Amino acid sequence: MRVGIIRFPGSNCDRDVFHALKIAGGEPAYVWWDQKDLSAFDAIVMPGGFSYGDYLRAGAIAAITPVINGIKEVVSEETPVLGICNGAQILAEVGLVPGVFTVNSNAKFICKWTDLKVKTKRTPFTSMYKKNEVIKMPIAHAEGRYYCEDIEKLHDQDQIVLKFEEENPNGSMEAITGVCDETGLVCAVMPHPERASETILGSKDGLKFFKGIINY
Amino acid sequence: MTLTESECEYIKNELGREPNSLEYGMLDIMFSEHCSYKSSRPILKLFPTDGERVILGPGDDAGLVEITDELALAIGIESHNHPSAIEPYGGAGTGIGGIIRDILSMGAMPIALLDSLRFGYLEDQRSRYLFEYVVKGISDYGNRVGIPTVGGEVEFDDNFKLNPLVNVMCAGIVRKNDIVRSIAPNLGDVFVLMGGRTGRDGIHGVTFASEELTTGSEIEDRPAVQIGDPFTKKMVLEATLEVLDKIEVVGLKDLGGGGLTCCISEMAAKSGNGAIVELTKIPLREEGMTPYEIMLSESQERMVFVINPDDVDDIMEIFKKYDLPAAVIGKVTDTENLVVERYGEVLAEVPTELLSDPPVVYREAQKPVENGDYMELKHIKPEKALLKLLSSENIASKEWVYRQYDHEVQIRNVIKPGDDAAVLRIDEGKAVALTVDCNSAHTKLDPYNGGAGAVSEAIRNVVSMGAEPICIVDCLNFGNPEKPQVFWQFRECVQGMADVAKSFPVPVVSGNVSFYNETEGVTVNPSPVVGVAGIMDMENIKTSGFKNEGDKIIALGKTYHELDGSEYHKAIHGVIQGTPPKVRIEDELKVAKTILDLIKDDKNKDITGVHDCSTGGLGVAIAEMAISGDMGAIIDLKMVPKEDENMVTTEILFSESHGRYVITVRNKSVQDILNKIKVPAAIIGEVGGDRLIFQPSVNIGVQKLKESYYGVIEKFMA
Repeated sequence: MRVGIIRFPGSNCDRDVFHALKIAGGEPAYVWWDQKDLSAFDAIVMPGGFSYGDYLRAGAIAAITPVINGIKEVVSEETPVLGICNGAQILAEVGLVPGVFTVNSNAKFICKWTDLKVKTKRTPFTSMYKKNEVIKMPIAHAEGRYYCEDIEKLHDQDQIVLKFEEENPNGSMEAITGVCDETGLVCAVMPHPERASETILGSKDGLKFFKGIINY
Repeated sequence: MTLTESECEYIKNELGREPNSLEYGMLDIMFSEHCSYKSSRPILKLFPTDGERVILGPGDDAGLVEITDELALAIGIESHNHPSAIEPYGGAGTGIGGIIRDILSMGAMPIALLDSLRFGYLEDQRSRYLFEYVVKGISDYGNRVGIPTVGGEVEFDDNFKLNPLVNVMCAGIVRKNDIVRSIAPNLGDVFVLMGGRTGRDGIHGVTFASEELTTGSEIEDRPAVQIGDPFTKKMVLEATLEVLDKIEVVGLKDLGGGGLTCCISEMAAKSGNGAIVELTKIPLREEGMTPYEIMLSESQERMVFVINPDDVDDIMEIFKKYDLPAAVIGKVTDTENLVVERYGEVLAEVPTELLSDPPVVYREAQKPVENGDYMELKHIKPEKALLKLLSSENIASKEWVYRQYDHEVQIRNVIKPGDDAAVLRIDEGKAVALTVDCNSAHTKLDPYNGGAGAVSEAIRNVVSMGAEPICIVDCLNFGNPEKPQVFWQFRECVQGMADVAKSFPVPVVSGNVSFYNETEGVTVNPSPVVGVAGIMDMENIKTSGFKNEGDKIIALGKTYHELDGSEYHKAIHGVIQGTPPKVRIEDELKVAKTILDLIKDDKNKDITGVHDCSTGGLGVAIAEMAISGDMGAIIDLKMVPKEDENMVTTEILFSESHGRYVITVRNKSVQDILNKIKVPAAIIGEVGGDRLIFQPSVNIGVQKLKESYYGVIEKFMA
């Protein structure tokens, strides 16, 4: 299973995702932002970080790079795409998932382990969890408060992937912190599954995100 | 200009002529305290710097110690006090940027940042402003560069109100075969300047750091504060790592204090060579910059690579990929001079030795006359005191700070912030523990024991995690060294630090001295900030919290009549007075070795928790174990090993005597473990229930302890 990890200037979780994909049994490879043809890959992961420094708005500049066209193309060919943290912000910015991730309600960066509920099994990344399973993964972002105008549609079409359980640290709408597109193949999550892929780091609850890709 | 008359004479003698104004500017910056360590060098010789694991001691950008057969740890620490007082957000950010470049200059991938911060009390509005923006500066910079901020400390005291201290420590790892140094040994090799463009910011940053601040500083000195750009830094980091991977780099150095002048002259001097720099080749940010400005600019995010001319095309290709300006700006020569040219015309020609090795200044040291006043204090109820201490700014949870730092990136952080030290995995089997610590109140009262105590406490932090200390880095923050009383403090403090370091022994491999921390006649408490790294087997990691009901609690090390200088005095009675805790070096060493031996020998995992005693004493240490484990305990204070039997409860609980640890052990093995301990130690109680009870006088619910300990800083900053 060849998985492309997109690297923008300022990505900083690329190596961590590479490591987690290896543990999950995949064959990860890095893809630089100027590459347009992603057809060689069976799945794509957009890792976290601060692409282009997030200077304008998280994900705003990454959203107009050539690799985004490549991603849109493979999405139309049913290749699964996972955006984590900054990757999730970029997917929202380009409209591949509904809604936006905006400034946290306390206007500060928050790094914290959180309890999360898996709301759907329909994405390849969550296919190995039980519905409503509670898992532990950390968040680390300044712009992660989820907002969507048509929240009813998300419910109707089973597009809510992850919700904060109990505490809602960044003030997200309905505590939502992971969503997918209508097909379920494009998935954007703010928490970091790669940081929760080994027991020694605090939890390996996140590893199934990557195993789910391999098993897809 | 800050050159003294005798220094000007010395320069004229060495040169055999009067320097021109560019040369004066270059020499002025290199003779500044910040670049030359001219006052501190003779004293710093007291430190032990050799050891089995030491690959490179002080003198380069960072120290290097062996951590496994293959890998070395690069480690350094830096202050950014003056810039942070003027412009807290940018000042703190560039402080981080500087130390990251130092680690990168050794060829190492930076893996961890720790900050040691000192401010005025948070009741003060300006202190809140400085605190808020220093933390935000660290957060925005460190998080963007993708290096986890894994630990640190914060101390509050009135005397830091106008002159906060911002010290940053960074550690990185590098394969031993891939280490690079800041040298220029081969004639004909070229200097390639890469990264941010050179602009007018930060000119005379180091001379400004070598003077006292005044209230006018905030406006007058803004141009001396460099402007950081974490995104460019991230590109510089990635590009440097790629270059190191693909090209044979002969020498590498970052541009920090003293700019190009410092960077090029130090590299050439280290190899006994000279250098030519052609000014017109340097990528500039603005037009019309004078040679003086170009050579002295401290613009951030710049690195200089020394490479063979044949490799220039390949290196430029990599820099182009990252969209980073770069240029060949000069070459290594055999003249032993640094020559600055513009279109081939010589503008300056100064021996590299003269620039990089200014004469030492022997400062006068004089013990200050002691103020004999000593206020007799009436102890308040221990129960009330404990709760008050837990909610004092110096002890309360620093969650407000570390929540803003990404401590998880790079997936190495095994022990999260809030414990005695951060623990980062290195490979499958090994981990490194990192800490940074200082108690400036103790040092103010007694610089020798304060310095010795800072080293002891930092070592205890690492030992508590189960790691063997392998090296020390230090950041020495003091007032004006031209004042004999300040210089005396400095000398005493370094002596104390050196004595503890030698006894272990743990070598000092890198450091930084920050003098002139005085504003408006207020000198900061002398603050010897000590960072320690330790190495451990991953399976030996210990944490402090209570784990199991029924575990026995053992206290190791004696408690003495040493309440003076304690947080109890500070937070409850508002005084810093008397004789602070003494470091009994032999005892300190024995207890630390005992703990390490117990942990190494702990095959069955019978030791369930380890914590050291520091600020707040035994009472606070045990309360922290209860809070962290969310579990209570019953302790009999009569059982605590102590100096004599005439000790009141307040002293037993809050005295800050050194050389003490608290461990919890499984009930079934407690006798075996006790038998192995050859230092003063006793079972003092048992874990269990939801109340913390110190018989006979304290009985508090763990929930109440938590309410006191958490949310304190949040309330101030809301």
